[in-house]
Amino acid sequence: MSRVDPEQGEHKPDLPGPSVWPIGVAVGVACLLVGLVISWWIVAIGGGISIVFGFLWLSDLSGHPVGARPAAAPPPATTGPPPAQRRPEGPTTTRSGFLSVATLGLGGVIGALVSIPPIFLAIVPPFLKQSKKPVDLGPLAQFPAGQWVVTTFMLDPSEGAVSRRTAYIRYNGPLKGQPSFTIISNRCAHLGCPVQPLGLVQPDKTKTISTTGGEVVTTIPVLAVSGFSCPCHGGAYDTEGNRTAGPPVRGLDRYEFSIKNGHLILGRNYSVSKVDGAGAGARIHKYDLTGPGQHIDGWEQIFYPIQPPH
Amino acid sequence: MAVARPPRSRRKQMEAIALYPLDWLEERSGLVGAVKYFLFRKVPGDTNWFQTLGSATLTAFLVQAITGVILAMYYTPDPNSAYESIKHITNDVTLGWLVRGMHRWGASVFIILMFFHMARVFLFGAYKYPRELNWIIGVLLLVLGMLEGFTGYLLPWDQTAYWATVVGINLNGTGPIIGPFLSSVLRGGSEIGPDTLARFYSIHMLVLPAAIMGLIGLHLYLVIRLGVTSPPWSKKAAGAPWIEEDEPEQPARKGLVEPTPRGGAAK
Ligand code: HEM
Ligand code: FES
Repeated sequence: MSRVDPEQGEHKPDLPGPSVWPIGVAVGVACLLVGLVISWWIVAIGGGISIVFGFLWLSDLSGHPVGARPAAAPPPATTGPPPAQRRPEGPTTTRSGFLSVATLGLGGVIGALVSIPPIFLAIVPPFLKQSKKPVDLGPLAQFPAGQWVVTTFMLDPSEGAVSRRTAYIRYNGPLKGQPSFTIISNRCAHLGCPVQPLGLVQPDKTKTISTTGGEVVTTIPVLAVSGFSCPCHGGAYDTEGNRTAGPPVRGLDRYEFSIKNGHLILGRNYSVSKVDGAGAGARIHKYDLTGPGQHIDGWEQIFYPIQPPH
Repeated sequence: MAVARPPRSRRKQMEAIALYPLDWLEERSGLVGAVKYFLFRKVPGDTNWFQTLGSATLTAFLVQAITGVILAMYYTPDPNSAYESIKHITNDVTLGWLVRGMHRWGASVFIILMFFHMARVFLFGAYKYPRELNWIIGVLLLVLGMLEGFTGYLLPWDQTAYWATVVGINLNGTGPIIGPFLSSVLRGGSEIGPDTLARFYSIHMLVLPAAIMGLIGLHLYLVIRLGVTSPPWSKKAAGAPWIEEDEPEQPARKGLVEPTPRGGAAK
């Protein structure tokens, strides 16, 4: 270590000399990062390049470059009889060497044993607890044809108010003999704020009903809806949930539905890139549920190749 | 063991009595010497007020730590009562409004001071050799400090807190490849729920403060080891003089007050 001692006027920082290898490391790291986006192969290649050049760089810094071989020393002049065969210098495993390896090894094993379960507990359960039950939204008669209804329900009543979600539901009339619904999630496709319907909300017509599972469902009709908009960063959508303006990267998510005993049952939600047409005859470009802000179509979809279970 | 001591003035005697506990501590731990070393270490003669910004940041952090511990005595990290408990602290608990206010405003003060401190280090060129590592530790502290802000913001569990966190988590979710997994881990599931609040609470009050304290320890160790830099306009060369050299050698087991041996062992 070099010491900084201004009083002695001797100020020689221990700075590394010039070296070309960092360029290789930089290329490798860049390759690795690009690979993260494109393909695991490129990650491996980038990682390899960085390791190789990183090693060369370190060997440069250490003052023992790999490339430069020391000039071969002349063979020692041997005169007289060959030296007696050397006795081995003591045991290869010393007591202290063994003890330090044992301490490190045992410490490592104990450390792993006690730290793996907590880390597991912190990281894995979020990917396991995925039981979304269908929600009973009540009798079909609550949803007049062509009318948007703000519908609020509990995803998991046992969790309380924090699981309250809102969907915008419109009955489109029958399609091939089956009732057709448009059920749009209020989760903004930008970063998840609650989008609001642009229309005349009629709070005095609010209805609250209890359905089969003890779920409490609230409905509020909205007149003359011209689309949806988000309070957070101004994302705007049309009545089919297509993005019309602002930062959202795709259309609004929707819910699957089914009809049981004359009740509307809310199923799983899914993501939508865009919707062609409108109402019962709409063609929905449907994708697996994806987090807000993530592209599901276009070239940007390569950023999100794998989705955790939703 | 009554032993004749050399006569001394009353003042000296009182001083010796008052400092006896410190002597006792010093003899057994060396801690007093360590603190004195820390407090009376040499710094360049032309250091200036901007160099107190680090200590100001440290003070702000300590205020956060203390007020945070007290708030935790009244706060409940449960979705159905978190907001109520915050209201209780603000409206009912004696001086609760003050402690909560200190913690809330202090959070911004802490972050702002960190940036000011970082700006002074940058503008003074104090990040250069041999202090690069301390800059890196500083960057980690900055990141952890901002994470404190992010996790703490959710705890009041009001509309602002909830939606700001929704946006924050989803923002993390847009990171390439690991983004969606990161947001699931932050949420503690695929949807925001009771686990999210508990998780943020634990990270906010246990994980991050512990990490920050450890890093502050390292940060200060390096500050002491390397000394602080003179301002860039200083006429003197940068860097710490090696102070041990010009100090006379310390007699072993020297008391703080006077090197008089106790217990009668006459010199
Ligand atoms: C928790 C936050 C922090 C605390 C408590 C803290 C504390 C301190 C203190 C007390 C000093 C010595 C006095 C001074 O120079 O002000 C110092 C020096 C230093 N800090 Fe920080 N700091 C923090 C964050 C940062 C950040 C964010 C950076 C930069 C990224 C940084 C980089 C440095 C450097 C390079 C020095 C050495 C300056 C010199 O020797 O002149 N610190 N810090
Ligand atoms: S969250 Fe809706 S526009 Fe940003």
